[in-house]
Amino acid sequence: MRLRTNGRLVAKNRPVHFTFNGKRLQGYSGDTLASALLANDQLLVGRSFKYHRPRGLVAAGAEEPNALVELGRGDRQEPNARVTQVELFDGLAARSQNHWPSLEFDVGVINAKLSRFLPAGFYYKTFMQPQAFWKHVYEPIIRASAGLGRAPETGDDHTYEHFNVTVDVLVVGGGIAGLAAALAAGRAGARVLLVEQTSGWGGRAVVDRPSIEGISAQDWVNATLAELDAMPNVDVRLRCQGAGVFDHGYALAHERLTDHAPKQGGPRQRLWRIRAGRIVTATGAIERPLSFAYNDVPGVLLAAALRDYVVNFGVAVGERTVIVTNNDDAYRTAIALHDAGLDVPAVIDARTSAKGELPEQVRALGIKVLTNSGIASVDGGKRVTGVQVCAQDGEGTVTETIPCDCVAMSGGWSPVVHLWSHCGGKLVWDEPHAFFRPDADRPPLGADGEGFVIAVGTANGHLFTAEAIADGFSAGRKAAKVAGHTRKPGQAPMGDDVAEDALTPVWIMPAQAPYKLRSKMWLDYHNDVKVSDVQLAAQEGFQSVEHAKRYTTLGMATDQGKLSNINGLAVLSNALGEAIPQVGTTTFRPPYTPLPLAAITGVARDELFQPIRKTPVHAWHDAQGAEFEPVGQWRRPYAYPRGDETVHDAVTREVVNTRENVGLLDASTLGKLIVKGPDAGKFLDMMYTNMMSNLAVGKCRYGLMCSENGFLMDDGVVARMDDDTWLCHTTTGGADRILAHMEDWLQCEWWDWQVYVANVTEQYAQFAVVGPKARQLLQAIGGMALTKDDLPFMQWASGQIGGFDVRVFRISFSGELSYEIAVAAGQGAAFWDLLVKQGEAFGLMPYGTEALHVLRAEKGFIMIGDETDGTVIPQDLNLNWAISKKKDDFLGKRGQLRSHMVDPDRWKLVGLETVDGSVLADGAYAVAEGVNANGQRNTQGRVTSTYYSPTLKKGIAMGLVKHGPTRMGEVIAFTKEGGGFVDARIVDPVFYDKDGEKQNV
Amino acid sequence: MSDPISALSLRATHGSVQVSDTGVHGMITLRGDLASSKIRSLCKDVVGLPAPAPREVQVKGDAAVLWMSPDELLFVLPYGSVADSLARIAKVLKGQHHLAVDVSDARTMLRVDGPFAREVIAKLAPVDLYPGAFGEGQVLRSRLGQIAAAFWMSGPQTFEVICFRSVAEYAFDLLAASAAAGPVGHFPRGT
Repeated sequence: MRLRTNGRLVAKNRPVHFTFNGKRLQGYSGDTLASALLANDQLLVGRSFKYHRPRGLVAAGAEEPNALVELGRGDRQEPNARVTQVELFDGLAARSQNHWPSLEFDVGVINAKLSRFLPAGFYYKTFMQPQAFWKHVYEPIIRASAGLGRAPETGDDHTYEHFNVTVDVLVVGGGIAGLAAALAAGRAGARVLLVEQTSGWGGRAVVDRPSIEGISAQDWVNATLAELDAMPNVDVRLRCQGAGVFDHGYALAHERLTDHAPKQGGPRQRLWRIRAGRIVTATGAIERPLSFAYNDVPGVLLAAALRDYVVNFGVAVGERTVIVTNNDDAYRTAIALHDAGLDVPAVIDARTSAKGELPEQVRALGIKVLTNSGIASVDGGKRVTGVQVCAQDGEGTVTETIPCDCVAMSGGWSPVVHLWSHCGGKLVWDEPHAFFRPDADRPPLGADGEGFVIAVGTANGHLFTAEAIADGFSAGRKAAKVAGHTRKPGQAPMGDDVAEDALTPVWIMPAQAPYKLRSKMWLDYHNDVKVSDVQLAAQEGFQSVEHAKRYTTLGMATDQGKLSNINGLAVLSNALGEAIPQVGTTTFRPPYTPLPLAAITGVARDELFQPIRKTPVHAWHDAQGAEFEPVGQWRRPYAYPRGDETVHDAVTREVVNTRENVGLLDASTLGKLIVKGPDAGKFLDMMYTNMMSNLAVGKCRYGLMCSENGFLMDDGVVARMDDDTWLCHTTTGGADRILAHMEDWLQCEWWDWQVYVANVTEQYAQFAVVGPKARQLLQAIGGMALTKDDLPFMQWASGQIGGFDVRVFRISFSGELSYEIAVAAGQGAAFWDLLVKQGEAFGLMPYGTEALHVLRAEKGFIMIGDETDGTVIPQDLNLNWAISKKKDDFLGKRGQLRSHMVDPDRWKLVGLETVDGSVLADGAYAVAEGVNANGQRNTQGRVTSTYYSPTLKKGIAMGLVKHGPTRMGEVIAFTKEGGGFVDARIVDPVFYDKDGEKQNV
Repeated sequence: MSDPISALSLRATHGSVQVSDTGVHGMITLRGDLASSKIRSLCKDVVGLPAPAPREVQVKGDAAVLWMSPDELLFVLPYGSVADSLARIAKVLKGQHHLAVDVSDARTMLRVDGPFAREVIAKLAPVDLYPGAFGEGQVLRSRLGQIAAAFWMSGPQTFEVICFRSVAEYAFDLLAASAAAGPVGHFPRGT
């Protein structure tokens, strides 16, 4: 309900209209969706995950576990939005989740009736047997009944972006400690980024109103912000959550730019990728619920959250609020409610006495304070109707019933230590305050061995204004100093608030509660984990907090245990009879609250999803309707179908035409590395298995490159350019990798060798003119001499063709007469056009990568990535001829001598022809007799390349077969797709022109 | 021989920050001992500029020489003078271990120009672009999104970007999208 008074953040003259489950409601500008729902008395906001119990708001911030809704429609539809983090705007449409058929009436409630059959670990206990049931029965049913919001069905048209910054000091949290830290660091001259997840500065101080520097907290916040705004070295960001802290001072922050103002232009969200010298976490603390029976009924919420709603938004949950606490702070809520004209029938204090300043103030207002008291049980179903009071130290015998419509609870505070812990900061148990706080002696360490995160303020366990603000200021100064900014920032601001007495830890209310009550005390509201569940887990032997968490699902809901973890592990440690610090906490992992995938993706979507590398002729291929295939990040034409030709038919046509006339291949993507220097020959002899130092200038040689372990990693033709320069061709995907491989050896191992390498892959467009009419075509265009004598096979020359400066390599990957012609990339498209135009008279057709594959397979040429997979050595491929025996050493030589590499049982390359002429399945296995230890059929080989050969008019394949080369003519069975076997004969892998006469004409 | 063409044929965007393809440029990668007097004097010969210090660039008009690594320079010069310059380098460094290659066609040069050009780059490159940390006279080899790129400032709000030719479209579209999304407002105004 909306109050007449209060509401510092809302503009009551600016109404805002929105809908909840289709119902038209009104709030004010400045409201969150949470406060606006409360203003409309919409207490019921969701259903719990397991028992589908009615759920209301419990908190006012990021820790809210219950109130998740689906927002928007169409491209704005977004599931699982936390209403406490959603700012209200005109036209906002929200729907509740996890109920069927409606929020008010949910048949899933039946689960609650069955709750004694759904204990902790229920899933593990029940769904284990029979095994086959999991996939076909249990999982589909569980999936259908679980889950929160629906995934959006349409694309998201909004823009998202990243932003990279380096700062001296990142301050996370815009409460007074964070502001003081930013102020000190900013005054010292450091580069500062201050981020605050909500839409307002000042944190709790502007609600609880201590005085700072003799003025009100709000005035101090305003003055500080004005000073920060004026500093060019300081950037402050609202609606920007410090999401995660990572190694080396790297942090992520998530800024919501237009979520609250959908009509505003610009990106919707921005992910800040921050490198910070020091990270100051001023992330505050989260109030803990108390565990009493039926503490999950809507209308029971955290005391400070209720105070926030009253003070900030001028809304209340009910007329009569009972407060239940174990500390002085909750008395502030009693005062705030009283000031707002609301009734507080009693403060129920679990402590044996309450004599602090705040309790005395409350008594002076005429409010009843009951000490050594607790709540035995809450009355009500979808809303609180009263509480049963009992003695805290008893078993729950009811002494009094107080009618009320709201319960505000406080079990003390837990510092938000998440960011401190993300990168390994350790915690220490603070006995007097009953919370874990950062252990300043064990911070996350940076590269310099120093802690790079400094926790301050309430996040550091300082619950009171004076300490919190001084802590923040001193951390800001220290962090700036580390970055070399030593200008004096002045004195720390002085804070002052009322003194508070110590709390008494209360983990179960009442202390001696029987099972009947404990089984209704909720720890995790969202996942329905109760005190009794954690105790059962302990009883069943789950002693580690990490195991107990997974067994009970405590803290595994979308709030990641922000409210439940400490209470849960206190219950666990009591059940185990161990101290809380011995049991420890579960691990805090980033992000602090879920990050939208869209924010992580940033601009990398649609055509910017990943870079596509394009050759200088790409536009031509595209215009011809080429079917592209990805090769690394390149797109290469797979085939050029004509008219209504199928891709298969196009490949066949391209192969036949290349064998009979002339084909044209865009080979620009092949890697080209220049290797130069007095030691270049020696270096290449190490890089390749064969000799390269003795290659004559003007000649080409096919080379194999192996890893240190002896496995084939790349191949290509090497050309000797001049005395101390070689040009190494690599595979299409291999240029960057092989360059890095070469640089690695040159920089780390052979740093004294005089060799330089440069990647010139993209300097050239390179085209293969292939086929019996290739020479005629090039001679018709005119230019350099290209006869067999002028440019013999495996040689290169530079000159001009058709007026273009070119370098021509007589190399062949097809078995045909072939010229690979390199031309400057900027001339590539023009030269290609010339070849196509002049080629018409010779029947020239471009061919794609599939035709290239068929052509090379017909010749028995291997392909890196087909015949090799990282486990294949050249000897497996019968490439011994390309392994020099003259050289003392080369990379891989020693690896190839190891026992497994010289094992005569290694599978070796052979050709394969099916007996019926069909095409073998890619990757098919050759079966052998018997089964292995796992009951799987034994194998004796596998297919590495398989095609329909238009030249031979049947299926041909290459494969690795045990003892293959000695089994020529033998017929073995291969697996077929869909089951069954097909017989294939072991043959020579060179299917076509075995003597190589066609390429050497 | 036809006229050389750049990968994007002078494509350009309009807006507060503009992204444009600046056409063909001559570029020569030179690897060698950068401390040698011959290489230092070659900078004067080839582009009329002093040798750049580490992480720095020397610029004069359309010519530039960039420090690319402890043993690598990149000359930017008119496309037509590459052959002569390569010959000049070969002559001067005869007998001294080095590598000089023409990479003019392997690269694309883009310009990002406008009041928040610095932020357009910072959206994409994981480097410190704070005005005090990076400005005119410096060069960075980093990433733009998912590709390698180098960039330097040729004016108070102008970045020159080079990347591989094959990814020119990606680079252009990436910069254009980041410019279209508007300023961040992080870096002090007017830098």
